[in-house]
Amino acid sequence: MSISAVSTTTLREAPPPRRQRLLEDERWLAFVLLAPTIVLLGMFIAYPFIRGILLSVTSSRVGMPGDFVGLANFYKIFNDGIFRTAVYNTFLYTGVTTVFKLGLGLWLAMLLNRNFRGKAFIRAFILLPFIIPTVLSTFAWKWMFDPTFSVLNWLLYHLGLITGRINWLGDPDLAMISIIIVNIWRGVPFFAISLLAGLQTISPELNEAAAIDGAKPWQRFWHITWPLLLPVTMVVMLFSVIQTFADFQIVYVMTGGGPANATHLFATYAYQIGIGTGLLSEGAAISLAMFPVLLLVVIIQLLYIRRVEVR
Amino acid sequence: MIEGARWRKWVFFYVPMALFLLFLLFPFYWMVITSVRPDGELYRPWNSSNYNPFWTWKPTWDHVRYLFEETLFASWLWNTTFIALASTAISLVCGVFAGYALSRLNFPFAGSLGTGIFITYLVPQTLLFIPLAEIIRNYRLGDTPWSLILTYPTFLTPFCTWLMMGYFKAVPKELEECARIDGASRWQAMLYIVIPVAIPGILSAGIFAFTLSWNEFIYALVFLSSPEQKTVPVGVTSELIRGDVFYWGPLMAGALLGSIPVAIAYSFFVEHYVAGLTGSVKG
Repeated sequence: MSISAVSTTTLREAPPPRRQRLLEDERWLAFVLLAPTIVLLGMFIAYPFIRGILLSVTSSRVGMPGDFVGLANFYKIFNDGIFRTAVYNTFLYTGVTTVFKLGLGLWLAMLLNRNFRGKAFIRAFILLPFIIPTVLSTFAWKWMFDPTFSVLNWLLYHLGLITGRINWLGDPDLAMISIIIVNIWRGVPFFAISLLAGLQTISPELNEAAAIDGAKPWQRFWHITWPLLLPVTMVVMLFSVIQTFADFQIVYVMTGGGPANATHLFATYAYQIGIGTGLLSEGAAISLAMFPVLLLVVIIQLLYIRRVEVR
Repeated sequence: MIEGARWRKWVFFYVPMALFLLFLLFPFYWMVITSVRPDGELYRPWNSSNYNPFWTWKPTWDHVRYLFEETLFASWLWNTTFIALASTAISLVCGVFAGYALSRLNFPFAGSLGTGIFITYLVPQTLLFIPLAEIIRNYRLGDTPWSLILTYPTFLTPFCTWLMMGYFKAVPKELEECARIDGASRWQAMLYIVIPVAIPGILSAGIFAFTLSWNEFIYALVFLSSPEQKTVPVGVTSELIRGDVFYWGPLMAGALLGSIPVAIAYSFFVEHYVAGLTGSVKG
């Protein structure tokens, strides 16, 4: 007891070094702690963003700085048929997959919310499509959709549903459907596990009380579960919309934008123009064309989170 | 359960659950079976007779052998591991520090900085890859692992920060104040008191960041060009397809072996991963 008292007094007497005194100030400490993150995000997000805007108003190609051309690149892409198809595809892809991911994900979450044997095990397995590298699992799908060796065709044929082969990735509409299926496959686990976490915060007593009052299962879902789950659902959906809208990997592997440029999204077309053919400025313009939509989603998300926090 | 509910349980639970599992897990089964199936069986048209696509009686290691002997798969695995570990470490240090500052310190512009970091969390890689490729070239980082080790933290750090903020907020202020009264400096209190309490959060953020960087594709595709520098997803994509010819056996074997490390990491930390996933959504 007395020893520790002595040691603290000796510590107090020695003035702490200057560096340490600075760190005692909350503002300096905050600055020091935040500096690495700010430098990193400034160098590799803010700076590239500005560079991207500057690039999109020039006529740069690989190895050629190019001149200022104003909005000519944007004018050019908006009159480009493939770009318009890509815009249409991106909205279709995002819309359709989000509806299915939400519906199936919610269904799966409700199934997983019951008590059954092996629940932890099944939950762990269900997340696999989401954690396995997307490019690698998409190759498995591409192989399943292969025109000549498709296992899906084999299955449908032996079930008696088709008589000839289906050329999944050779037809523009079927290729788009195939891509949508793969995206739904990848996204359902994310929705299911996130919504399951939301479901688990809802007290079962609420449902029991409603059941005693004579509410049918459907009514209990619509009037109790759904409203309480809505905040989580909104956030999960907005995250998913951003990721899907800017998706690249699935289309790149499945079709590469083909057949005949019919399945491009913003990102794959930007890659084809910017990296494939080396028209850097035009590629940057295509990428940046995503920005207004992404910004809108982010604003909705920020407003929504703030509203939930205020409540 | 009430009498007569047996068929209901089948219709409303077992059957839909089985269909979900079939849909979600079949591609992995297909990966496994393709990677051990001899080429002679692999390339049989889907409508040939006496053909059972779901099983093979003559499993072979040829595809795996091809992968390690004829391609640089071993170096891709090593590159991916190194890049994922290094970028996860950087993001964890940045994320833990930034998360601590944003959740526990008072300073001007704390709110707007937090919002700013949250917004960068939502920036998809595909928005910036073209100007970033130029910048990487200008810094002379192109075709080196550093191009990825330095850029991956841009999407990992905001996520780590966001997750750590949640964990740090839950640590009671009194704990830190006790340490300060006992003579610890602010820095020491953070390092020895607050951060150890948040270790489950650091694990969640780490495992999540590791899987994200293992999965990253477009930066690796654009920034790396020589075969021996590539990561698994890019190597498999670019080196196992020659023109229009797909080497499906090695491709599926590569997809399988490239997934195993991340699946193992995940299986050890399932609970932490799920906590990270749901934490990243709720904030």
